Amino acid sequence: MAKKKTIRTIPQERTPIAHQDPGKRIKNFDEVALGYGLEDALNESERCLMCPETQCIPGCPVSIDIPGFIAKITAKDYRGAYDVLTQSNLLPAICGRVCPQEDQCEGLCTVGDTLEPVAIGRLERWIGDMAISEGWSNIPYREPNGFRIGIVGSGPAGIACAADMAKAGCDVTVFEAFHKPGGVLRYGIPEFRLPNAVIDAEIDALSKLGVRIKCNTLVGRLFTLEQMRNEMGFDAVFVGTGAGYPSFMDIPGESLNGVLSANELLTRCNLMHAGEFPDYDTPLHLGQRIAVIGSGNTAMDAMRVCLRLGAANVHCVYRRTRNESPARVEEIDHAEEEGVEFHWLAAPVEILGDDQNNVRGMRCIRMELGEPDESGRCRPVPVQGSEFEFEADMIVYAIGTNANPIIGQTSKLKLNKWGYLATDDTLATSMAGVYAGGDIVTGGATVILAMGAGRKAASSMKKYLGIRDTDSLHSTEIDDTITTLFGIDTREKNFARVRIA
Amino acid sequence: MGSTSSERTDLQKAFNTSPGLEDESAVEIIRREDFSDVTFMLEFHHPMMAKAAKPGQFVIVIPQEHGERIPLTIADFDRKKGTVTLVIQAVGKTTKEMQQTCHRGTPLFGVVGPMGTPSHIGNNKKVVCVGGGLGVAPVFPQARAFKESGAYVIGVIGFRNKELVFWEEKFRKYCDEFIICSDDGSVGIKGLVTDGIKLALKKHTDIDEVVAIGPPIMMKACAETTRPANIKTTVSLNPIMVDGTGMCGGCRVKIGEGIKFACVDGPDFDGHQVDFDDLMNRLKRFNEDEKKALERWSVSCRIRGKEAPPTGPRL
Ligand SMILES: Cc1cc2nc3c(=O)[nH]c(=O)nc-3n(C[C@H](O)[C@H](O)[C@H](O)COP(=O)(O)OP(=O)(O)OC[C@H]3O[C@@H](n4cnc5c(N)ncnc54)[C@H](O)[C@@H]3O)c2cc1C
Ligand SMILES: Cc1cc2nc3c(=O)[nH]c(=O)nc-3n(C[C@H](O)[C@H](O)[C@H](O)COP(=O)(O)OP(=O)(O)OC[C@H]3O[C@@H](n4cnc5c(N)ncnc54)[C@H](O)[C@@H]3O)c2cc1C
Ligand code: FES
Repeated sequence: MAKKKTIRTIPQERTPIAHQDPGKRIKNFDEVALGYGLEDALNESERCLMCPETQCIPGCPVSIDIPGFIAKITAKDYRGAYDVLTQSNLLPAICGRVCPQEDQCEGLCTVGDTLEPVAIGRLERWIGDMAISEGWSNIPYREPNGFRIGIVGSGPAGIACAADMAKAGCDVTVFEAFHKPGGVLRYGIPEFRLPNAVIDAEIDALSKLGVRIKCNTLVGRLFTLEQMRNEMGFDAVFVGTGAGYPSFMDIPGESLNGVLSANELLTRCNLMHAGEFPDYDTPLHLGQRIAVIGSGNTAMDAMRVCLRLGAANVHCVYRRTRNESPARVEEIDHAEEEGVEFHWLAAPVEILGDDQNNVRGMRCIRMELGEPDESGRCRPVPVQGSEFEFEADMIVYAIGTNANPIIGQTSKLKLNKWGYLATDDTLATSMAGVYAGGDIVTGGATVILAMGAGRKAASSMKKYLGIRDTDSLHSTEIDDTITTLFGIDTREKNFARVRIA
Repeated sequence: MGSTSSERTDLQKAFNTSPGLEDESAVEIIRREDFSDVTFMLEFHHPMMAKAAKPGQFVIVIPQEHGERIPLTIADFDRKKGTVTLVIQAVGKTTKEMQQTCHRGTPLFGVVGPMGTPSHIGNNKKVVCVGGGLGVAPVFPQARAFKESGAYVIGVIGFRNKELVFWEEKFRKYCDEFIICSDDGSVGIKGLVTDGIKLALKKHTDIDEVVAIGPPIMMKACAETTRPANIKTTVSLNPIMVDGTGMCGGCRVKIGEGIKFACVDGPDFDGHQVDFDDLMNRLKRFNEDEKKALERWSVSCRIRGKEAPPTGPRL
């Protein structure tokens, strides 16, 4: 056994990660953060103090045993580290790249009180990437149980739910409206942040579990949730259709040509390859002086895509300051390095057009920070008489999304007052056997939260179907207080279920 | 919950034989018919979609792997045969390429649908269904549905000239009255569809609804024709789309004071509320790029044409 580590004995510096040089990377779509090598990972794993009372785990939405997997790295048991990770997280290569670690595990890391926190996300990614290149997967053998499960949407919520149900022995089919699976991971987050190869590998792992993925299938319109449950014979259904439906601001000039949502810009580029127009047929008509409104991950992605496609000037206009920006810190840093100009405390009040109905700029107003609002962030207040004109030939809205209406339009599912699907604590919707999770329940959130919701719903679906759930990690959080009934574990409902063929 | 076993096997069967669903095959074209130099009809096999399709809905087609997602209205569907019909006008790169490459047996890279909110057929007693040029195809399923729901249907269709006429008989079959117009008078009355609407309005004072589909400028004129008499007028909007699922907002249109996404909130809207000028401006968004794509494609066709003239039967 190694000597007990203390804050003084561990490597003091956080192991840096190699990055593509900003000057070079804005000319390509290759990944920006290059990932750890073996030495880097071993060195960084040494920085974990293996706290007996872990601070970091409660910060993880899916409660990964963080010291557990890092200890395996230190012991050079990489496969073991992967096994620990995948007990809680099915997509380590993805989450290691896109989780807002600074607000989650790393934000609570004890080392972070004195030094820079352990680079948990980078270690997670390193293991995830190794699993992909080594072809590791954890496929438990399960007797097929004859249950048919339908999953609507192939984003992280749907993928996670599908995997858990398949592992439990169910026959799982995922339906996706687009021609490629992955949800936001595919059409939203660009290649340089999350390579398609990584998504393909994770989808491939899903197929290995026997999950079928049917693209080009718009559920609600091609068939309804009711039909899935009845005529089509799905014993349970999970809805993970994401938030979608981008918001606009309802200010004059929004329908001018050259004004578009970040979702449209990113979909045209990431899914439809507009950057390769005319080899691919989908155009984008990129501007040269682009203003992106908003400062979340979506805004950062939109701006950095524009730079790579050759826009001369890219500006970020945000009504609060950098401190309140919802984007991952790393993304803001990267955008800045790449030459994005930030204009904090400003908001558009009108979009201005030329005589051809093309955008020529916008009128903005300066803001100052007032009292904190419900979200705890300071409310931006317009400064009277501070209006100014801002020149731009393309304006991109990245100010959030609303609930996608299709499932609501085509089913009787109860919605909450914002139009998202209403669920109870177990993620059950108002229709028996139909569960929902991810952005369509919470509104725009994060990959790991969507995945966690998919897994939680899977756990509830198993209970509903009477499949014994060995996944104690998740069943505990949804268990009601009564866990036994006449001395029988309530989770074991299969004793009472008679299955009619 | 109350589904009979025959219903269950029915839908299950449709599910099992629909392309891209239970079997992995691409959607395959089973019939093509050319109506004119620029207009052609494609029929493909997709039992599930044929079962689900309702008047007013559309599909998004991705013709080939590098292709664009283009919206096309479902012009007909046959639930028994399990087929869906599209009528396409070759206007730009994608549709011209489809005109050249899509024949019987050609697979389409992707077809998704039905999309959009179905038309409201309701309990109307008397309706006018107006189709301008290509618009005859998308308005056909509505005319048929109105007829089948027991309404008195007045069909008004218009073309530039006789050569462009298609589906006249098919359409007439579901109409109690039928007016055909042409710009040059080579067929039917000489005049625009708005003249046909005026005729109908003069003769009938109890029209519940006018449904008009065609180019935006025509739908605008129809809405103006019915506005004085305040007759409910429904139009089907065709803004540029990407996903067709409400995710991008590219298809947003101005309806009254608000913004709607045509792909999920429409494509049918109250014609008296639509800002047609806004729609027409937004359709010009990519004009430069579209021209570039078409030119490049035409050049590549000429080059290929020299090396190997296109062969194969034109069905
Ligand atoms: C540009 C961008 C960048 C982001 N960056 C980050 C980040 O760095 N880190 C992070 O943690 N989070 C990030 N997020 C947020 C994160 O991606 C989402 O919270 C997460 O993807 C939600 O997952 P989901 O499974 O609920 O839905 P989605 O990922 O939205 O997937 C839903 C899927 O369902 C499909 N669908 C919808 N309706 C139907 C239907 N009727 N029938 C069939 N299929 C349907 C959609 O096509 C889609 O593929 C980002 C989001 C965006 C837009
Ligand atoms: C709901 C809906 C239903 C439609 N139904 C039919 C139909 O049944 N038959 C038919 O022939 N056409 C229909 N269209 C129009 C058809 O989608 C366009 O003609 C087609 O996308 C043009 O592509 P292109 O590459 O050939 O031409 P392009 O060179 O790209 O464009 C030619 C013109 O078509 C318009 N256009 C371009 N892209 C789109 C797009 N994605 N969506 C809409 N318009 C576009 C532009 O105004 C442009 O000026 C429909 C459009 C919508 C939105
Ligand atoms: S086409 Fe994207 S929202 Fe309608």
